[in-house]
Amino acid sequence: MDIAKNSLLYLDGVSVSFDGYKALRGLSLTLAPGEMRAIIGPNGAGKTTMMDIITGKTRPDEGDVLFAGSHDLTKMDEASIAELGIGRKFQKPTVFESHTVDDNILLALKAPRSALATLFGKPAADTRARIDQILETTRLKDHRLRLAADLSHGQKQWLEIGMLLAQDPKLLLVDEPVAGMTDAETAQTAELLREIAIDHSVVVVEHDMSFVRDLGVKVTVLHEGAVLAEGPLDVVSADPRVIEVYLGR
Amino acid sequence: MEARKPLLLSLIDGRGAIFLGILTAAAVLVPLLSLVIPANSAFAIPAYLVALFGKYLCYALLAIALDLVWGYCGILSLGHGAFFALGGYAMGMYLMRQIGTRGVYAHPELPDFMVFLNMKELPITWWGFQSFPYAMLMVLLIPGLLAFIFGFLAFRSRVTGVYLSIITQAMTYALLLAFFRNDMGFGGNNGLTDFKDILGFNVQAKETRVALFVASCIALGAGYLIARAVTESKFGKVVIAIRDAESRTRFLGYRVETYKLAVFVLSAMMAGVAGALYVPQVGIINPGEFAPANSIEAVIWVAVGGRGTLVGAALGAIIVNWGKTFFTGALPEYWLFALGALFVLVTLFLPKGVVGVIEQYKAQRASANKGGTAAAPAAE
Repeated sequence: MDIAKNSLLYLDGVSVSFDGYKALRGLSLTLAPGEMRAIIGPNGAGKTTMMDIITGKTRPDEGDVLFAGSHDLTKMDEASIAELGIGRKFQKPTVFESHTVDDNILLALKAPRSALATLFGKPAADTRARIDQILETTRLKDHRLRLAADLSHGQKQWLEIGMLLAQDPKLLLVDEPVAGMTDAETAQTAELLREIAIDHSVVVVEHDMSFVRDLGVKVTVLHEGAVLAEGPLDVVSADPRVIEVYLGR
Repeated sequence: MEARKPLLLSLIDGRGAIFLGILTAAAVLVPLLSLVIPANSAFAIPAYLVALFGKYLCYALLAIALDLVWGYCGILSLGHGAFFALGGYAMGMYLMRQIGTRGVYAHPELPDFMVFLNMKELPITWWGFQSFPYAMLMVLLIPGLLAFIFGFLAFRSRVTGVYLSIITQAMTYALLLAFFRNDMGFGGNNGLTDFKDILGFNVQAKETRVALFVASCIALGAGYLIARAVTESKFGKVVIAIRDAESRTRFLGYRVETYKLAVFVLSAMMAGVAGALYVPQVGIINPGEFAPANSIEAVIWVAVGGRGTLVGAALGAIIVNWGKTFFTGALPEYWLFALGALFVLVTLFLPKGVVGVIEQYKAQRASANKGGTAAAPAAE
């Protein structure tokens, strides 16, 4: 239980199946506070399902999912998990298209989430400053009054990362942040994530190996719903089992 | 959202100013032209037209209520006519209780249809409806309560999209069947009619009709401002966020169900008020008002006017109903074809409705004025 207590995120023996298809089979993973971790694996390895379980979208059939050693995530819904401090970025950029960049950040900003608070409450005094700061970090300051729908693909990805930051989560789950980005955007995104990882714990799911190399963090390889290998990228990519999964078939 | 005072003014944008201006003008001119000017003058408005326009205003309020849930929250309710009809029934029950001994059977307490059905005493559901304040409370409470129960179950189970639309249809259809039954105690097939007076004034009198018309103007204006206040607040931004990306909103920590429920209940109450003002102006409420087709027609009004614009919804309700009045008079067989064609044409060519077209035209002119160099930013 010590490992569970000292970890930020602790998954043990998590299994889930959909209509008989086993998406996860006994997945175990531990993330230390402040750590950044990259998760790779071929299609269907269970990366997105794992995200769904951590954020409360999917309930596991069995296994433990603990946050900060004490919160049982399998018993909470999405909203309370988000409030606990887990933010999620989707694979496909998902921003509020008919809101401005400013309003997208405003909605994500850590503040009371109840209907009464948003209907009658006043914004906190430092709201403006916090939005400015996040737009600065995500390089979107010049686009603040544009509608999110009008942003480029890369900018939408950054906006969504900005929304994650605005939530001020303890843990960020980032699903394929560089899919469909140009090389320059990919490099900038890696830089952005490293900046964020200074004071947040981050889990990044990604296919792009050069991007994972840019991040320079510990890597977990998933295969068929379980962990295949774990360690620095160089060690992992030399592992014959990993090579077989990626190249063997 | 800064201070309380400028809040009201900050809610009125250009479009809203025109809308409220026209409403105010109507609320002033119609009494003038129908009561003060002699009836044989060319400008005089006859009583039947006052009631007809009043009816359009009630539809416009229903359309705004529907736009709030559909245009802003993305909940396509095909059962909003049910809330409208329930508000109407609450008002109708008050009006029935006002008849007193003037009914055909001259029973001091029971409305005629109850005497006819051999009922011995007033059902519990009718208790208190002789009081106007109580009846008005019910106008808000009954549609609100139904919306709360329905919404609580539907939104908690995460029923969305077309499935939700279908069950809203089922809801209004179920109410239609229930109200058709005589033993429900709401007048069955014939509904409630033959009203005598409201607050002591004869409902047929020209003055009363004008007063109801003005009340409808006020209700529509107030409904519009409430809807604006809601949609312009941070709450409104969350609601639009739910429409655009529901799961994103959920992962940001908002309880989507609560937000949907709040909007749905507010909207149902507004629809109830619209129904309550409608009934004394048309003089009857019967189960036909629950017909699913009515609710679908209301959706067409909003689509024609422009969803998510509030003013557009009201405009659409008035345009389509004007067309309906004209068509059912001139070419009665073709109205349903015209309505269907209208819906298809609007969906194909005016996806943002009449207001969207006006907005687009204004944006084009603005960019043409700048020499066409700067791209015009979209308004909303």
